[in-house]
Amino acid sequence: MTSPTSTYAQAPVLQVRDIVKTYGGVTALSGVSLDLVAGEVHCLAGENGCGKSTLIKIISGAEKPDSGEIIIDGIAHTAMNPSAAIKSGIQVIYQDFSLFPNLSVAENIVLTAAVAERKRIYSRRVSRPSAKAIVDELGLTLDLDADVVNLSVADKQLTAICRALVHDARIIVMDEPTTALTHTEVERLFALVETLRGRGVALMFVSHKLDEVLAVSQRVTILRSGKHVITSPSSEFDRRSIAKHMTGRDINDARVVSTLAADTPIVLDVEALGLRGAYTDISFALRRGEILGLTGLLGSGRTEIAESLFGASPAEQGTVRVDGEVVSLRSIDNAIAAGIGYVPEDRLSQGLFMEKSIADNMIAGSLDSHRTRWGGLDTGKVRATIQRLFDRLHIKAPNVSAPVRSLSGGNAQRVVLAKWLANKPKILMLNGPTVGVDVGSKEEILDILRGEAAGGMSIIVISDDAPELVASCHRVLVIRQGHLVHTLEAEDITVNTILERMAE
Amino acid sequence: MNGFELSKVMGVVQRFRGANNEGVLAIILLALIVGMSIANPAFFTLTTFFAIVRSSIVSLIFALGVLIVIISGGIDVSFATIAIFAAYSTVRLSQSADFDPGLIGMLAIALAIGGLLGLVNGAVIARFRLPTLIVTLGTQGIFKGILLTYIGSQYIADLPASLAAVSTMNVFQITTDTGRASLHIMVIPAVLLCLLVAWVLRNTMFGRGIYAIGGDPEAARRAGFRVMRTQMWIYVIVGMMAAAAGIIYMIMGRSANPRDLVGGELDIIAAVVLGGASIFGGRGSVLGTTLGVLLVQVINNSLILAGVPSAWQRTAVGLLLIVGVGVQALAAKRSSREIRALVKEEVPA
Ligand SMILES: Nc1ncnc2c1ncn2[C@@H]1O[C@H](COP(=O)(O)OP(=O)(O)OP(=O)(O)O)[C@@H](O)[C@H]1O
Ligand SMILES: [Mg+2]
Repeated sequence: MTSPTSTYAQAPVLQVRDIVKTYGGVTALSGVSLDLVAGEVHCLAGENGCGKSTLIKIISGAEKPDSGEIIIDGIAHTAMNPSAAIKSGIQVIYQDFSLFPNLSVAENIVLTAAVAERKRIYSRRVSRPSAKAIVDELGLTLDLDADVVNLSVADKQLTAICRALVHDARIIVMDEPTTALTHTEVERLFALVETLRGRGVALMFVSHKLDEVLAVSQRVTILRSGKHVITSPSSEFDRRSIAKHMTGRDINDARVVSTLAADTPIVLDVEALGLRGAYTDISFALRRGEILGLTGLLGSGRTEIAESLFGASPAEQGTVRVDGEVVSLRSIDNAIAAGIGYVPEDRLSQGLFMEKSIADNMIAGSLDSHRTRWGGLDTGKVRATIQRLFDRLHIKAPNVSAPVRSLSGGNAQRVVLAKWLANKPKILMLNGPTVGVDVGSKEEILDILRGEAAGGMSIIVISDDAPELVASCHRVLVIRQGHLVHTLEAEDITVNTILERMAE
Repeated sequence: MNGFELSKVMGVVQRFRGANNEGVLAIILLALIVGMSIANPAFFTLTTFFAIVRSSIVSLIFALGVLIVIISGGIDVSFATIAIFAAYSTVRLSQSADFDPGLIGMLAIALAIGGLLGLVNGAVIARFRLPTLIVTLGTQGIFKGILLTYIGSQYIADLPASLAAVSTMNVFQITTDTGRASLHIMVIPAVLLCLLVAWVLRNTMFGRGIYAIGGDPEAARRAGFRVMRTQMWIYVIVGMMAAAAGIIYMIMGRSANPRDLVGGELDIIAAVVLGGASIFGGRGSVLGTTLGVLLVQVINNSLILAGVPSAWQRTAVGLLLIVGVGVQALAAKRSSREIRALVKEEVPA
């Protein structure tokens, strides 16, 4: 896939020159230039908040740059607007999807194309086949008539991808398009990317999964803090060197786990848990200070198990003991009372109040543990907690009163994590804790989890990111079609065994 | 029952229920009519039916306007003021200038005034991105002040001849043993408008744009919809529809009173919300709205027949609004659960 192309000599389809963009006092981009060439995938990499999405929004006309120019087919523009960008053949898969929750999948897929063609009449009957065609071409099983609001994150992401591909675009920009996808779906997407490239489409691709970056792209541009660091053919990079350019330091993803004494008490004991249609006969124990991985393919039941333990979709069979006491987890309140916390998969829509400040969001879930003796809020303690977590998670924002909407995707994610850490649960379950987080921060987040575990918290990491499980988990449970099929321990935990056991 | 049959049955139920609970509303309406007819045989007559239709005409046109605004994610409380402003000014103008341009001419003047007032709303909302409730509350006050101070505050008993001529026209009139029953001619424009709005919302890009903006305005902007322009047009159209409703109201009431109509906004908004339009925007249908308007009218009518004092009717409408919103919230919660349950059904256990 990484065969170098001979297209460098060709005139670029799109160029950006010296783009500067500031938000209030924050400089998101300071003089970035790059170009896209037909038949080439150009990857944009960099830490959370380095300006990748901002650059994309400037290209698509969703934001206007302070200075600099965008050159399309040799014509320079000081700014784009969404219709003009779409008309000149630019399609974007936004990091936040930008779908219409109230409309059906089919309509979401075809509507922007209809807008671009300046249509006046809209017909469900006529537009449905083109939606179906693209869904079939990608080999997906999306329900075209479902409202987007009811979809899983993965299906939302697939809908956004279909929407961009249904156009006859010349330039396709994908901002972290694979965060919620399974391996098969990613492979299908990459196959399609390859076809598009063959047809001479220019593609831009953003991902924090460096393997994907290397697999799919011909050239890589790395940004750091809004500045251009390097642009080179991807054959000249490997994971380590990309990470180094991104962060300015060496990244270590070696396995670091504490040793648990043999007599460490069991905090959570799950026995023969079952939920019809989701999973059956799940039993495991979680010890104090342990980090347990829960893995499996998407749809294997791994998320449902966590949701049941959090009382969100209660189990039908089995017993759960916390510290030896049987607890009934019929609702989220039950779970929180039992000391169980859950960072959900769809963080951007479930976990955060986007218009509220970082501070408000962090403290929203733990007001009760910040009361004075008289029941009032202990503002001093609140402020201390907020500042401690803000610093500890290295959230990139001017201060804690910035609204969450103004954060980059990866930084918004850290706020959700902070919210749950502020609550100090006995047992914390995290679903995909580092999805969309850059390599450097991933290491930091895993380190924070290790720290919390060392402090006595028990942690369940639900993830299909094998390197992350290897780096942090004492044990890894593999779920397949609703059954617990393997428990990996100690030196059995390697990237290869996890991937094999998951898929076999 | 296996999963497949279950999902088929669910599918049929779902389809009958409609995207916005229209089916449920139709059943409630039917049950209410049957109940009232058993309790009071005077209810189940053509006379009552036509009376309910007649009293629904103006409400329905208002409701269509409110529906469009609510789908786009806003709310408008100035429509009744715009209606009376446009219609009264038109009549007043014709009277003081002693000039009667005919029914169509009158309507055109009223629509122009209504559209202009709507444009004021739309411009302020789209340009300054202010909350629609606050803006329309404000303009409502301003419009009313201008009307009463500068245009007139007097009751006009005789409409211009062209309007008066239509006042007594019926589509249909028969004498039954319970008395004379007649269907007013103004039911025709109301029905036509329903069909037109339904078509525009379903089958034009403008209509889909309204849903898109109501769903997520930023996403709509990124998709290339011209959000500001669409918003302006929405308020202009609502102003024009309100003006039409105002003229029809005066034709049917055979007089022009600048203090009429205002105060009934809640009934209309309640009817639209009961009809399944989401107060958060992005959802709603003409069918649901029509059923909602009829339901509110039938309830008001039943309460009158049952001898309930009119103060309590306001309470009833208020309650209805709360029930409507509550049911929506519950249904939304449940349906997302049902869908998940159905999806899970497909995973081999
Ligand atoms: N609307 C906004 N208001 C204020 N600041 C903003 C806004 N949008 C982005 N920023 C800031 O601009 C910087 C760049 O954000 P951007 O979203 O481009 O990052 P990113 O590289 O896409 O990161 P990630 O990998 O986390 O998605 C961040 O510091 C962010 O806080
Ligand atoms: Mg981003």
